[in-house]
Amino acid sequence: MASEDRVLFTKQMKKDYTILVPTMLPIHFKLMIHIFREYGYKVELLENAGKNVVDSGLRNVHNDTCYPALLVIGQMIDALESGKYDINKVALLITQTGGGCRASNYINLLRKALKKSGYGHIPVVSLSLGMEKNPGFKITPQMMNRIFYALFYADLLMLLANQCRPYEVHKGETDQLVDRWAERLTQEMKGRGILSYKKVKENYRRILSDFADIARAKQEKVKVGVVGEIYVKFSPLGNNNLEEFLLSEGAEVVVPGLLDFCLYCIYNILMDYKLYGMGRFKVAAFRRVYRMLVRKQGDVIRIIKEQGTFRAPGYFPHTVSLVKGYLSHGVKMGEGWLLTAEMLELIEQGVPNIVCTQPFGCLPNHIVGKGMMRLIKQKNPDSNIVAVDYDPGATKINQENRIKLMLANAAAIAQAKQPQEQSSEKQLQFI
Amino acid sequence: MKMTLGIDIGSTTVKLVVIKEGQVVQTWYERHLSQVRSKTLELIQQAKEQIGGDPFHIAVSGSAGLGVAKAADLPFIQEVFATGEVVKKSVPDTDVVIELGGEDAKIIFFTGGLEERMNGSCAGGTGAFIDQMATLLDVTPGELDELSLRSEKIYTIASRCGVFAKSDIQPLLNQGARKEDIAASIFQAVVDQTITGLAQGRRIEGKVLFLGGPLYYFKGLQRQFVKSLGLTEETAVFPEMGRYAVAIGAALYSQQSGPQLTYDQLVERLQRAATQAPQTRRLTPLFEKEEEYEAFCDRHAKASVPLASLEDYQGDAYLGVDCGSTTTKLVLMAQDGSILYDYYSANKGNPVEIVRRQLETLLPLCQGRITIKASAATGYGEDLIKHAFNIDAGLVETMSHFKAARSFNPKVDFILDIGGQDIKCFKVRNDSIDSIMLNEACSSGCGSFISTFAQSMGYDVEEFAKLGLFSKYPVDLGSRCTVFMNSSVKQAQKEGATVEDISAGISISVVKNAVYKVIRASSAQELGENIVVQGGTFLNDAVLRAFEMELGRPVVRPRIAGLMGAYGAALYARELGLSRSSLITIEQLSQFAHTSKSTVCGLCGNHCNLTVNSFGGGKRYISGNRCERPLGRQQSEPLPNLYRYKLEKIKALVPVEGWRGKIGIPLGLNMLENLPFWFAFFTKLGFEVILSGISTRSMYIKGQFSIPSDTVCYPAKLLHGHIETLLEQGIKNIFYPCMTYNFDEKTGDNHYNCPVVAYYPELLHANVEGLNNVNFIYPHIGIHKRNTFAKKIREELLAFFPELTLRECRQATEAAYEAYEQWMADVKAEGRRAIDIAREMGKKIVVLSGRPYHIDPEINHGIDELISSFGIVVVSEDCVADLVEPAKVQVLNQWTYHARLYNAAKYVCTQPDMQLVQLVSFGCGIDAITTDEVREILESRGKLYTQLKIDEITNLGAVKIRIRSLLEAVNERERNNGV
Repeated sequence: MASEDRVLFTKQMKKDYTILVPTMLPIHFKLMIHIFREYGYKVELLENAGKNVVDSGLRNVHNDTCYPALLVIGQMIDALESGKYDINKVALLITQTGGGCRASNYINLLRKALKKSGYGHIPVVSLSLGMEKNPGFKITPQMMNRIFYALFYADLLMLLANQCRPYEVHKGETDQLVDRWAERLTQEMKGRGILSYKKVKENYRRILSDFADIARAKQEKVKVGVVGEIYVKFSPLGNNNLEEFLLSEGAEVVVPGLLDFCLYCIYNILMDYKLYGMGRFKVAAFRRVYRMLVRKQGDVIRIIKEQGTFRAPGYFPHTVSLVKGYLSHGVKMGEGWLLTAEMLELIEQGVPNIVCTQPFGCLPNHIVGKGMMRLIKQKNPDSNIVAVDYDPGATKINQENRIKLMLANAAAIAQAKQPQEQSSEKQLQFI
Repeated sequence: MKMTLGIDIGSTTVKLVVIKEGQVVQTWYERHLSQVRSKTLELIQQAKEQIGGDPFHIAVSGSAGLGVAKAADLPFIQEVFATGEVVKKSVPDTDVVIELGGEDAKIIFFTGGLEERMNGSCAGGTGAFIDQMATLLDVTPGELDELSLRSEKIYTIASRCGVFAKSDIQPLLNQGARKEDIAASIFQAVVDQTITGLAQGRRIEGKVLFLGGPLYYFKGLQRQFVKSLGLTEETAVFPEMGRYAVAIGAALYSQQSGPQLTYDQLVERLQRAATQAPQTRRLTPLFEKEEEYEAFCDRHAKASVPLASLEDYQGDAYLGVDCGSTTTKLVLMAQDGSILYDYYSANKGNPVEIVRRQLETLLPLCQGRITIKASAATGYGEDLIKHAFNIDAGLVETMSHFKAARSFNPKVDFILDIGGQDIKCFKVRNDSIDSIMLNEACSSGCGSFISTFAQSMGYDVEEFAKLGLFSKYPVDLGSRCTVFMNSSVKQAQKEGATVEDISAGISISVVKNAVYKVIRASSAQELGENIVVQGGTFLNDAVLRAFEMELGRPVVRPRIAGLMGAYGAALYARELGLSRSSLITIEQLSQFAHTSKSTVCGLCGNHCNLTVNSFGGGKRYISGNRCERPLGRQQSEPLPNLYRYKLEKIKALVPVEGWRGKIGIPLGLNMLENLPFWFAFFTKLGFEVILSGISTRSMYIKGQFSIPSDTVCYPAKLLHGHIETLLEQGIKNIFYPCMTYNFDEKTGDNHYNCPVVAYYPELLHANVEGLNNVNFIYPHIGIHKRNTFAKKIREELLAFFPELTLRECRQATEAAYEAYEQWMADVKAEGRRAIDIAREMGKKIVVLSGRPYHIDPEINHGIDELISSFGIVVVSEDCVADLVEPAKVQVLNQWTYHARLYNAAKYVCTQPDMQLVQLVSFGCGIDAITTDEVREILESRGKLYTQLKIDEITNLGAVKIRIRSLLEAVNERERNNGV
């Protein structure tokens, strides 16, 4: 059994401790941080990056551990050592997903690393579906309500920003609009009481019309989907600024939202009951949550379609159905069947060019990433997927070269679809 | 007059083609020795005449071409894409292209959905790999090719990556295997790597075009490819212009991109590019000033050993020989410990010859005046050398290093040795070795990496290392395996780093590898007060300096850092207290003639590749054997070995003919433990259960082509072969369930299987073509829920066997659970019996801990038998895990198999006669967590921790060293404690 003598985050600590949070999704985390602040927590988002983070990770984590663990723990210890924080008045927050993947162990590896570096007294708070509890860290229903909408807002902002950024006429306009809305939403979510859903939907419409107003160049760009292990997929620190690179190569980046991952986690609980009869008592509650989330996702999609400028995200129940003939919904470790589903969803949405990001040696990805690619290719001959491994030793040039190959193929596939003008080109005897 | 130019800048060469009117008019091909930009410029200047004064289109391609293209503002085309374009135009009926370059391998499938792929970042080099291997054999790449054509047999060389292959080849060399055979095996390894690493489940068939330098030059490589892929002269095409395909592709592409240039404009742009400032991450220089270096040298000069004159000395002396993986060292030591004679040389593929020549010089010099009282050998080639020259004793290299270091500084508490192929380090506490850490096969290649790299850049190693001392901006090359370093070097070269910067960067990387990967220290204090560093690699001042900088404190490097193994062996020889050495005499030496030949042992199912060395006069030494049988020794009653027991128990399950027909089960991963359950279940239902059998190498090869992920663990990869075996037998129903959850043994926080074990059936379904034609039954099923199991499994099976009744399923379920429980109880009982026998006989016990599937001899490579051969009783972790209260661990303990590890470790700590050895399959991500935890459990209670990493590798040399080190350390501790 895991030892229970961990350092608790007490009520007293809530008053004067600073909680450090590692970055993953810039927009999402920014919104959520503000909510925590509003409810009396001193929270700070870690933005340190670069050589020190990786070195500190290498020193403190077993080098064969997955890259996200190495980075997150490296980032935290690097921050503690930076001298910016009073190490007797600081706590760390980390997400914990649970399940048969190594990722469930990040929090324990972090604690081990802290102990080894002489920071054993620092409390680590788990942000999870009730895996570990702390007296000083409680998410109240009101907070939950806000975090919940923050997720929807952030997914929408990310979706629209990705569709605007490559085409914006005035450079930086998209990001400015994202910042403006983040600020505005933060202000709106202040105060007490439950948020009005009517108001939320109104905000969706306003956000949509604001983004639609951004001046965009009318040009066709190649769309590239990004899927993969959740951390390296989303975090610029984890994927060597993949989005930036793809943009610089003239692509439009398509990234499925965070909501899908949350829905996937809940769906797995339903599957556990269905397949193994596990969790009989909690399943009804989760089913309700699932239905509610799906309904709200449906609302977002409807509103985007009504507005008419932007491509809407996939509807989760449809995403779920896509993996039929590929793999079972019983595959639930790591990103599990969702990763395969997201690739199929992208292909269906007309984004056959995909970067599948994974930490080097990621166990679930052997199955749901690389393991499914042959079948995906067979059933969707136009698909163009490149698997890219991330780890402290992998060089950017190798990664970029492979992505460039995928991009070159994407252009060729797009060209092949154009009506052929000069197909009668003579055969040349070069080799 | 349409002219186009294509430049392909690869990791080792630059290629230039000039095309006029759809005809290649001239080509250039040269090694760039990492001077990428200046070499490119040089080639263009050479082509001045051909190019003339007219404007032309140009494009750049290749892995090192991107930087040049950017800096010189030239159009760039990705190299695999370029190849694809050229092949589509020139040889449109091609089905598959295989292109091997300096460090990249590429494959393009044209038929059945265009797919272009490059090797993953772990797949190691190809051309550069062959170069490295040639250096290892001390031949030129061309000679390597010639050798390979005269091969008689192929050895199994791990094909995953260069480092692995190297650690397979080195022992073969040391055992005296024929170079011809090794050469061909190297090419075969490249072929295997291409199949698993690149094809990833797609068949390489139809017309195959082979491109790139290595496939053009090496006839032996061509031969292995043709043979392995079953191609004919018509279907395997090796075009004359194969080396230039990428450059031609670039030239073709250039027509649709960018404006035209003239010769002068191009030269001007390239000149500008050659002088641009570098951007890679740079590190602090090793030495800022010359004076710093002098002070450093003075300090280290103090650490020397007394020398005595061989010409004048009279009296007793002791000989130590250290036959390492890449170098052979020899020390003749006087009675007082001073050194009379020493020798250090590269093996050049034949250590026996080197030692023979040394003895030929040394023995006559000693005659009459110096008496060699005793001799000892150590290192990889210990056995070979010992037998060849009648050396008195052998000792494991870790012990000899320890002895040498201690004689040097009795207070030493930490020793780090970086040799040609190994990093070893040990902590010393209470005068004995406290913990031993050795590098895994993956990060090895440390010292020899520097030297092969130096050679590839056209320097000898000493000269190369010196260059780094005063580099202003050492490049940061990361700290993982050498393959990654190669590509980091490539990146640095792309950005114009100098040879000096790269040299310094490599030294720093080797050190980081040792500190982060092997020692895994978080602070210098952790290592100890008195640190001694040794091994040939530390003779390199740049490495030594980098180490001190990394630790932030000075260390001691003995002057004889490279000879410490041999010196330790000499010290050991002195301890032997012999009155006369059995060492070969001058007369015998004159009769000495060494030949070796290889053969396959047929005495059991292991089929070990034996190397038989003859030394003249009927003296023989056999190596490569896993057991004593081929040596013709009498076998006494074998000691209990739970691995053998469990394997035999599985083999004893004989299919019972059933009225429902046959159902096939692949015998891999968790099935090696769950088989009794399913066997009983299906037998009871009236099925004849057909098993795929115990894994073999050839079974692996059979399924190799459909493996989609080359970094998954070997036990999982074997499943492809098991499935193919069942398909071959015409089995129509194959059962292999997905099991997220394992049995709940109530010892952890949860009872998962790892993701690979749990879902490998899904991967097989998606990748093994043949499964489409049979009923592949792979339901997600939970055996942890006994009460609902019968109902659930029936629901899953009904689709295939609609007549199954619930009643039948209930009965079968009962039988299954009973059989499984009985089986596990038997194993535990046998474990207890083994422990009792061990105690009766006074034998030591090793708890060989891994996963249930580690009993597979193709996975464990006979390690259990090897340990057993040291007179040790081997039990498995599951026999002792239940003997203690479940261990409290610091990590989330949620996998059934891994919970057993922690508990076994906890139990071993309570038993003075037990040691734990952990087997870890390469690529097992979960063991990154368990190894640290098991180590902590053991070390916090004063036990030694030993980890054995296993993969496809069949080389047991390194394993032997670890096991012997463990046993020696335990013995030494017992002696010190007065047991």
